[in-house]
Amino acid sequence: MLKVSDLKVSYGAIQAIKGISLEVNEGEIVSLIGANGAGKTTTLHTITGLTKAQSGSVELEGRNLLATESHKIVSLGLAHVPEGRHIFSSLTVEENLMMGAYIRKDKERIQQDLSRVYTLFPRLQERREQAAGTLSGGEQQMLAIGRAMMSNPRILLLDEPSMGLSPLLVKEIFHIIKELNQQGMTILLVEQNARMALSISNRAYVLETGKIVMEGEGQELLQDDQVRKAYLGA
Amino acid sequence: MPQELIVFIKHLINGVQVGSIYALVALGYTMVYGIVKLINFAHGDFIMVGAYAALFSIPVLTGIGLPAWFCVFVAVAACALLGVVTEKVAYKPLRNSPRISALITAIAVSLLLQNLFMVCFTSSPRPFPEIFHVPDLRLGSIQINGVAVLTIVLSAVLMIALQLFVQKTKLGRAMRAVSEDSEAASLMGISVNRTISMTFAIGSGLAAVASVMYGSVYPLIDPYMGSMLGLKAFIAAVLGGIGIIPGAMLGGLVIGLVESLTKAYINTQLADAVVFGILILVLIIKPEGIFGKNIGEKV
Repeated sequence: MLKVSDLKVSYGAIQAIKGISLEVNEGEIVSLIGANGAGKTTTLHTITGLTKAQSGSVELEGRNLLATESHKIVSLGLAHVPEGRHIFSSLTVEENLMMGAYIRKDKERIQQDLSRVYTLFPRLQERREQAAGTLSGGEQQMLAIGRAMMSNPRILLLDEPSMGLSPLLVKEIFHIIKELNQQGMTILLVEQNARMALSISNRAYVLETGKIVMEGEGQELLQDDQVRKAYLGA
Repeated sequence: MPQELIVFIKHLINGVQVGSIYALVALGYTMVYGIVKLINFAHGDFIMVGAYAALFSIPVLTGIGLPAWFCVFVAVAACALLGVVTEKVAYKPLRNSPRISALITAIAVSLLLQNLFMVCFTSSPRPFPEIFHVPDLRLGSIQINGVAVLTIVLSAVLMIALQLFVQKTKLGRAMRAVSEDSEAASLMGISVNRTISMTFAIGSGLAAVASVMYGSVYPLIDPYMGSMLGLKAFIAAVLGGIGIIPGAMLGGLVIGLVESLTKAYINTQLADAVVFGILILVLIIKPEGIFGKNIGEKV
């Protein structure tokens, strides 16, 4: 579904991504794990055009994303939940969710999706009139995911959904990611919390200073000695 | 009614009239700042360009049988275009540069416009004709200038329309989203470039309306007329809280009133000093402006 080939990205003289290739098939959860600064976020940013690639290709169902303007990508069925949530804090919860449906015109379906988000995140419904900036970190993450769902995507890119959350909330968020996937959503997940990410992933790539150093099935990598030492603290 | 009170009310109305013009201009500063975090120092000179565009279009308009006040539309179109082109040519290439680069560029655009107009049309002031023929309004023993009423009403209508546009329409929501977080807005499918262009067009269009109303109060226009007017409107925007639309409206009215009352009761020559004094006070006491908030963000 999503295919990245030999992607290279530079910030000035520094090459952050040194030629990575990865693939996400329909219905999968694929995670991209690695330490801080490995290039995980840059990879996602390049897929959605927030950062310009130096060379390589990114294709979504055969369509070249590198030649597509950033704001046109969401209408191709790909939604990106950025690191740090990036919710609109002065807008209300519901206004934020409606921003997610900005490109859509099918009012009835939008309402259906809104109630679907509220079913998935009842806490957002309770706070729908509240300014989004007043939500707790976990609620903001739910809002960011809910907002992305409002564009009715087929593939979701999630960047560090566990960042800054308590272990209990992390569990809850990952449970929801799993649930979304079971409902048919394809997911590319970037995480520092490697254990959590691997445990729900079909497949995973390990990124180290801009290169993919390992790939395999989620369970397989969980058992791998090298991965356990480097990322799971065992 | 005692004579002093009547005079006082007249000064108040005068202040509100000038204040509405400042408010219209201040909106341009504040909207542009809200969306690209740039003080567009050329904004004052957009007013000047609007005034010239209006002036030169009047003979053409009356020549084809249209009323002279249609020059407002010409001025709005000219300024909106100028704003959009200035952003594309001068500011957009610097969007990821340090903010000071864009600021210096804005000052350069301002100087360029002033000098360009001086070379083309000389620096001698040109009279601006009376284009609005509105009867004076009589309220008991108070007579209010018709143009003043028109200016106040027109500004109020434009500001309400702007507020409705920003709060209630899809494009307005896009503007708010881009001003808050342009990357996230882009991920929602909002074209950031188009939204920024639209903001410049609206802000500059409002400046054009202000230019015609200003020309109707002080009927002399020259290539430098925009700098002082622009500065005062900028102070109005800062006073209200830069980036906040209702703040610009309130700030404009306050500056207009202060100026008018200073001229009337203290000293004409002190009016500018008092206005700039307000800027200094605001920066010392409440730099975020009347409506500005020091927003704490959750990390």
